[in-house]
Amino acid sequence: MSEPSATAGIDLHARQVRKFRLQDRFFHHSTQVFAFVVLAALVGILVALSIEAWPSLKAFGPSFLWTNIWSVPDDQYGALAAIYGTVTTSVLALLIAVPISFGIALFLTETCPLWLRRPLGTAIELLAGIPSIVYGIWGLFVFAPLFADHIQPPLQALLGDVPIIGGWFSGPPIGIGILTASIVLALMVIPFIASVMRDVFETVPHVLKESAYGIGCTNWEVVRNVVLPYTRVGVIGGIMLGLGRALGETMAVTFVIGNANRINGSLFAPGTSIASTLANEFGEATPGLHIASLFALGLVLFVITFIVLAISRWLISRSMGAEGL
Amino acid sequence: MMKLYTRRIWINRIGITLSMAAMSLGLIALLWILWTLFSKGFAALNWDIFTQDTPAPGTEGGGLRNAIVGSGLILLFSMLISTPVGIMAGIYLAEFGRVSKFASFTRFMTDIMLSAPSIVIGLFVYALFVTTTGGFSGWAGSLALSLIAIPVVVRTTENMLKLVPTSLREAAFAVGAPRWQVSLKVTLRAVKSGVVTGVLLAMARITGETAPLLFTALNNQFFNTDMNKPMGNLPVVIYQFALSPYDNWISLAWGGALLIAFLVLAVNIAVRVVFRNKDKR
Repeated sequence: MSEPSATAGIDLHARQVRKFRLQDRFFHHSTQVFAFVVLAALVGILVALSIEAWPSLKAFGPSFLWTNIWSVPDDQYGALAAIYGTVTTSVLALLIAVPISFGIALFLTETCPLWLRRPLGTAIELLAGIPSIVYGIWGLFVFAPLFADHIQPPLQALLGDVPIIGGWFSGPPIGIGILTASIVLALMVIPFIASVMRDVFETVPHVLKESAYGIGCTNWEVVRNVVLPYTRVGVIGGIMLGLGRALGETMAVTFVIGNANRINGSLFAPGTSIASTLANEFGEATPGLHIASLFALGLVLFVITFIVLAISRWLISRSMGAEGL
Repeated sequence: MMKLYTRRIWINRIGITLSMAAMSLGLIALLWILWTLFSKGFAALNWDIFTQDTPAPGTEGGGLRNAIVGSGLILLFSMLISTPVGIMAGIYLAEFGRVSKFASFTRFMTDIMLSAPSIVIGLFVYALFVTTTGGFSGWAGSLALSLIAIPVVVRTTENMLKLVPTSLREAAFAVGAPRWQVSLKVTLRAVKSGVVTGVLLAMARITGETAPLLFTALNNQFFNTDMNKPMGNLPVVIYQFALSPYDNWISLAWGGALLIAFLVLAVNIAVRVVFRNKDKR
């Protein structure tokens, strides 16, 4: 009597298991497809930019990278001025931001009272949350006039006559220019570098630090001789992350760099960067070589930042991975 | 001996003082920017901002209604695209891809996408979408912003799911639940608040993004809710108005900047406060 119903139950169960297995396979593959979307986007960016930039790459060849000309009327394009501006502003921004970020990370991990750590850490993270366009209008309307009136003239008086570096501070103090862009960029990348540094500083085993304190080291000596050597790789990764951010930053730089498509030895002079050239010209670019050259600029920017960010991620993951061992 | 000792103490004092100076510098920068934003932004705020459209060159007054509505629509649709994509990709990385090569490669690339220059993403969407669909549109803007938001959602979803104890999954498997039910109805539900946080942070991240909208959504001086047409949006309006010679435009730019920054910072702070309470429990 009960036999038929039992086999029916097993049948039903087997069917259910088969159904589940099919559903699972479908679920697995559909999530995989979505993960693939991210990869496809990255490859797509590279391919699409290369295709659109092709006319320019063909016309100018690799010398596009080191030709200092950007002339829409003559239809002649070279990326040197934009690359110069991008690299100079980013490197200067790092020179300013790295010591400050290090100071912030040191304070937050070593000397800050515990109850203050969280609010102060959040405040620094909020700096990263402020949209770049806000940095831009603040830089243009508030910082640049102040910089022109109160900082550039004394800087010029102090360093303008020093041989070699004097030229960096020559020219009229107009507030906007390479140096202003670098300072605003520095403010923007400080939270990124500081938070990576803080995270890697926290991976240092307490035993190491305590033994150093135990033999009478000062805070500074512990950081200098124990924490920094231990976290060197991660710290460099954090700096590279800041560099990647600075290279691609668009709006803030566009507001304060002055948008002059030439190379000037002075840091007070207006310049341009790859991202700001794109923001300024792409909307009104004429089809043909002009737009293709702008795509080529975008491609250069993407490749540079990709390499910098890849190195950064590799270093950071190596450093953070050591934590579990 | 004593000399060396005092020297070490002094070096330490100088180092600590400098680090405090660095910290204060960061705080001063934050407060300075916020103070500027509030003082100039509040001066510009009034009801007209919400009820009138952006003014034509040389006319008085005006508001930001078209830009606010446009930004809202673009944001809404980009979150509708990026939330499911990001969560599904995050589930893949956390549930199926812990050891696979493809997953670790994807994870690496997602991290790079997190910091990729946003203007390049604008170029990409222009090449892919704007030129093929015949023009600038709200959809193109949404697509560009969702490409920026997706990596944020993926990484937070994955990190949250990894915190779920294996025993919870095993318990669900033991009662015979298929894998998709375990993922969607057990583990994802367990970290719901974390995932919502990720989505909110992604939204905060793209709210102020300007560069990718410049050549995708473009801008529109008029009120428009048709996503197939160029669409006004706050970031691009701020950019154009701030660089204009008209006083009322510049004032509107400050008002818009305050609206955006307020939204972004409010989300950032709220998320942290909520999470803090979760930690304590």
